[in-house]
Amino acid sequence: MDTPRADAPPLLDIRGLTKSFAAQRALDGVDLTLRAGEIHALLGENGAGKSTLIKAATGIIARDAGTIRLDGREIDPKSGAEAVATGIATVYQEVNLLPNLSVAENLYLGRQPTRFGLVRSAEMRRNARALLAGFGLDIDVAAPLADYSVAIQHICAIARSVDLSARVLILDEPTASLDVHEVEILFRVMRELKSRGIGIVFVTHFLDQVYAICDRITVLRNGRLVGERPVAGLPKLELVRMMLGRELAEVETRRPERDAVAADTSMPLARFDAFGRSRYVEPFELVLRRGTVVGLAGLLGSGRTETARLVFGAEAADCGTATVDGTTVRIGSPRDAVRHGFGFCPEERKTEGIVAELTVRENIVLALQARRGWTRPLPRREQDEITARFIRLLDIRPADPDRPIGLLSGATSRRCCLPAGWRPIRAC
Amino acid sequence: MSRRHLPVAVTTAVFLAGFLFCSLQFENFASTRVVMNLLTDNAFLGILAVGMTFVIISGGIDLSVGSVIGFTTIFLALAIGSWGMPPLIAFVLVLAICAAFGATMGALIHHLEMPPFIVTLAGMFLARGAAFLMSTESIPIDAELYSQIASFSVRLPGGGRLRIIAMIMLATFLVGGLLLHFTRFGTNVYALGGSRSATTLMGVRTGPTTIAVYMLSSLLAGLSGIVFSFYTGAGYSLAAVGVELDTIAAVVIGGTLLTGGAGTIFGTFVGLLIMGLIQTYITFDGTLSSWWAKIATGMLLFAFIAFQQMMSGLSGRLPGRLVARTPK
Ligand SMILES: Nc1ncnc2c1ncn2[C@@H]1O[C@H](COP(=O)(O)OP(=O)(O)O)[C@@H](O)[C@H]1O
Ligand SMILES: [Mg+2]
Repeated sequence: MDTPRADAPPLLDIRGLTKSFAAQRALDGVDLTLRAGEIHALLGENGAGKSTLIKAATGIIARDAGTIRLDGREIDPKSGAEAVATGIATVYQEVNLLPNLSVAENLYLGRQPTRFGLVRSAEMRRNARALLAGFGLDIDVAAPLADYSVAIQHICAIARSVDLSARVLILDEPTASLDVHEVEILFRVMRELKSRGIGIVFVTHFLDQVYAICDRITVLRNGRLVGERPVAGLPKLELVRMMLGRELAEVETRRPERDAVAADTSMPLARFDAFGRSRYVEPFELVLRRGTVVGLAGLLGSGRTETARLVFGAEAADCGTATVDGTTVRIGSPRDAVRHGFGFCPEERKTEGIVAELTVRENIVLALQARRGWTRPLPRREQDEITARFIRLLDIRPADPDRPIGLLSGATSRRCCLPAGWRPIRAC
Repeated sequence: MSRRHLPVAVTTAVFLAGFLFCSLQFENFASTRVVMNLLTDNAFLGILAVGMTFVIISGGIDLSVGSVIGFTTIFLALAIGSWGMPPLIAFVLVLAICAAFGATMGALIHHLEMPPFIVTLAGMFLARGAAFLMSTESIPIDAELYSQIASFSVRLPGGGRLRIIAMIMLATFLVGGLLLHFTRFGTNVYALGGSRSATTLMGVRTGPTTIAVYMLSSLLAGLSGIVFSFYTGAGYSLAAVGVELDTIAAVVIGGTLLTGGAGTIFGTFVGLLIMGLIQTYITFDGTLSSWWAKIATGMLLFAFIAFQQMMSGLSGRLPGRLVARTPK
């Protein structure tokens, strides 16, 4: 790592950034300093304010106070487009490109080469291929973006930003939906950009990724700056303590003992035999036992999501059997699955898991209500009780049952999906 | 690639099959005369459909187009007949009014974040009401230009006549195709229909695009109104009632997704031809009530939407299989 001269102004310098949503302080005087050619991890628990920091610094949302300097010059972007124009580009966890346009169109939207007002598609495709080649990608750029995996879509998003003369690249949890191999591809791209002198802010929840690629970290907690440290020589325990605000030992002891599962030969809670759907997922076996967590591993596009959706009945299986508590059952719809005690926390939280306009309470109660049928409404008192229980249990912050769920941070609203299949949740 | 072009391919196949069927059913059907009449009779609908294609691809809808035609024809009849305006000046003026009307609707949709359905529904009542205020009578237009345009045509082998209004329609399709498929503006329209928030985050200003889309649709509705007045030789505030729905039908049958983000101008053209073909079949048959055209259109529309639904269900998902289960 080449250390820039200490006297040079930092590439990006954020001071005293403050932002409140209604009564809630999401950011309280936060600083962040990014140097050229540095990969800087922005860490913190869910709801700590990382995404808000990024949005406030890039003009997506208006900040209440604070200054932002790029190369020592104060800037004040009023929109994402303006931030991009000044050299700060952001790539979000949910890829914000257009699935219905081709890869090349996505890379050059708004700045396609034209002659007499007409887009020169051949030239655009040639440029797109050359640009992606610099990122180690060789794909058909005329195909719709939707044809490619999330990892490739992420790289396209990065390529677009970098090509827009970005000097600062902000990656908000890009690795959350990538597998190990894809993360490695992303890291290769990040190292390449770092060597070009671009500064990268990298939000992640995986500490090993922090140690693998980052130079320094900034930690937030409840909207406040906890501190900034170089990664080299920082003990993992110290990092965790900064993020959680308490010793890891405390956290460890709160974890329930793991049962010895290997010896468990009792009847499985649920099993799926030769379960599948043609043109969707080939038949698979899946056995779920009491008190165990089964991980579904595989590359993107290998059928993990599809398997989960099939198990939950979001997609009807056309072969195989499902057995719950020893009896064969039909799971043809999510309603069936919920009746058998399944819960589902979908990948596309924004579109599938929640009703953004409804409040936390309404979302939590929705599935329960659906099971009772609309002729027997759940009394308000009972609704409040259930909601309060889940807010405590799932540590939903802010603990406000009447806040529209769309305004919560990503991971928090995801937690609100969990109660849908309560009593008890068997699979998720 | 092929998946994207499948809807258009199916629409085209349906049209060709339908045309073949009609040609076998009736002698004299496969002639330039029939085809040219089909173009002439549907010219005003085709011009509307070009604008509607932009609107629907951008993820919106425009319910005001039929009323704008009514407004335009009555405005022209009064301007030329009662106010003594030269026809060409009247055309320019009415087009400017229509464009401003569409731009206003687009601005409301963008800045107030109102649903296009509501805004253009209000626009529909407004334009129709304005037309009624001007006159409730059917007023014939007799200007020299009108009789010249009515009498001019290019003779084709086989007795068909390519009339001016059909030429205007074909030119509109040509220009619309260029605009949608070969300009930055066109790509922005697709982008808007794909995801408005992503388009904004990519630094494209969605406001001007939204406004331009509705302005274009109303402008073309005005042009369509001019063509309609050539076709009927009169201005009438009740002209083209309900035509917005025929237009939407033509666009959707042409393979444009009602949810936005996908569609082609060529598809819309074929969709228009299919609707014209149904009408022509009924005319040729002679015994069928013309309402059968509505029923046939309804069934076709249903079939196409079901087909699109099926397509999007099948596509875009890579078939997966569980490779291995690691024992813990
Ligand atoms: N648009 C919004 N309106 C109200 N509250 C918000 C909004 N966006 C975020 N918040 C709140 O701000 C806090 C920080 O959220 P966020 O920055 O998304 O956290 P994270 O660190 O997980 O990215 C959370 O408590 C969240 O509920
Ligand atoms: Mg976040």
